[in-house]
Amino acid sequence: MYQTTYHRASSVDEAASLFAKSSEAKFLAGGQTLLPVMKQRLASPSDVIDLAKIKDMIGVEASGDTLTIKAATPHYDVATSDAAKKAIPALAYLASLIGDPAVRYRGTIGGSIANNDPAADYPAALLALDATVKTNKRSIAASDFFKGLFTTALEDGEIVTAVSFPVPAKAGYSKMPHPASRFALTGVFVAQTKSGEVRVAATGASQNGVMRVSAIEAALKTNWSPAAIDSVSIPASGLLADIHGTAEYRANLVKVMAQRAVAAAG
Amino acid sequence: MSTVKLTVNGKAVAVDVEDRTLLVQLLRDHLNLTGTHVGCDTSQCGACVVHMDGRAVKSCTMLAGQADGASITTIEGIAKGDELHPMQAAFRDNHGLQCGYCTPGMIMSAIDIVHRHGGQLDEATVRHELEGNICRCTGYHNIVKAVLDAAGRMKVAQAAE
Repeated sequence: MYQTTYHRASSVDEAASLFAKSSEAKFLAGGQTLLPVMKQRLASPSDVIDLAKIKDMIGVEASGDTLTIKAATPHYDVATSDAAKKAIPALAYLASLIGDPAVRYRGTIGGSIANNDPAADYPAALLALDATVKTNKRSIAASDFFKGLFTTALEDGEIVTAVSFPVPAKAGYSKMPHPASRFALTGVFVAQTKSGEVRVAATGASQNGVMRVSAIEAALKTNWSPAAIDSVSIPASGLLADIHGTAEYRANLVKVMAQRAVAAAG
Repeated sequence: MSTVKLTVNGKAVAVDVEDRTLLVQLLRDHLNLTGTHVGCDTSQCGACVVHMDGRAVKSCTMLAGQADGASITTIEGIAKGDELHPMQAAFRDNHGLQCGYCTPGMIMSAIDIVHRHGGQLDEATVRHELEGNICRCTGYHNIVKAVLDAAGRMKVAQAAE
């Protein structure tokens, strides 16, 4: 790792002002992606600003029809949160599948979505549940937030402070994990909103990162059942292809994971 | 350079380190606690697992500064004098190690697993929960046996306290 200067922020405002004063700072939450990247010398921030101890950024709260997860909440705390399990069990389940137990104690939802890895789990949940990303400057709809591989709508120095999820009528998540990294070879989150809208999002599949799957949404809108997806055809063009799986394999996984997610949602 | 103040195995320490120092480097290179191992150095293998404020974390994927103010327990800190921790004793009795390289991380993760699941552990759960710890010798069979054995011993020990 190259030399860097570590700062621990005690408030969001302090973190923002530390960032403004640094030449090339990076925010650090759980560090489960940033630190490995720094160790490989693929990133060399002049300063790292630790957000993990900012009290206002930790916790899970349910209020009315909204579940809010503050950005520095580790995956373990989401997976075991009574509020999350009650409001959106599929979301707590998704958190329980990220990485491994030690990673889940450190990794955070804010870090995951700010990084926007094309095979990360949370982006699928945000997009399917039509979540809102809260930052220190504004609110951003999930559909406007994810902009492609490792790219988001966040401006330089902007800090994700929380994510708000409307509680759906039904939701389910299923993923085929890469057996070593536990990232999604493909994962699909399905949701039926309380107003009857069907939203389906896939991660790990598209070359542009998380995506809506409109063909499956249309099929489920007519008939909310795994069998409704049988006849859907997912084109392989634009999907990821690597040593772990071809684009055609991933196209099929989108269907199979969606079917399992619908079955899980009930 | 920064001074990192933390509690390691019950003892308060203050260490001057470069900001880029990893927690595992602080433990091994500055405190000479070499029981915590570095296996892959890419947060996959779990040989570096220690407990921070009671949670099993990969010390190769944390800056020392992130642990400032925390309480760290390493493999050196779990026995009571000459009396091995029940998890250590179970690994020995069940032949849960061969080369021993992964063992400190396995034991620290395994203690965390037992704490989280209490008496609810079965073989499938142990195998699933050990997904962040890699062993290249044992085929995991005796490690799983050891964790299940220790879960029983830890329950008995807790009941006796």
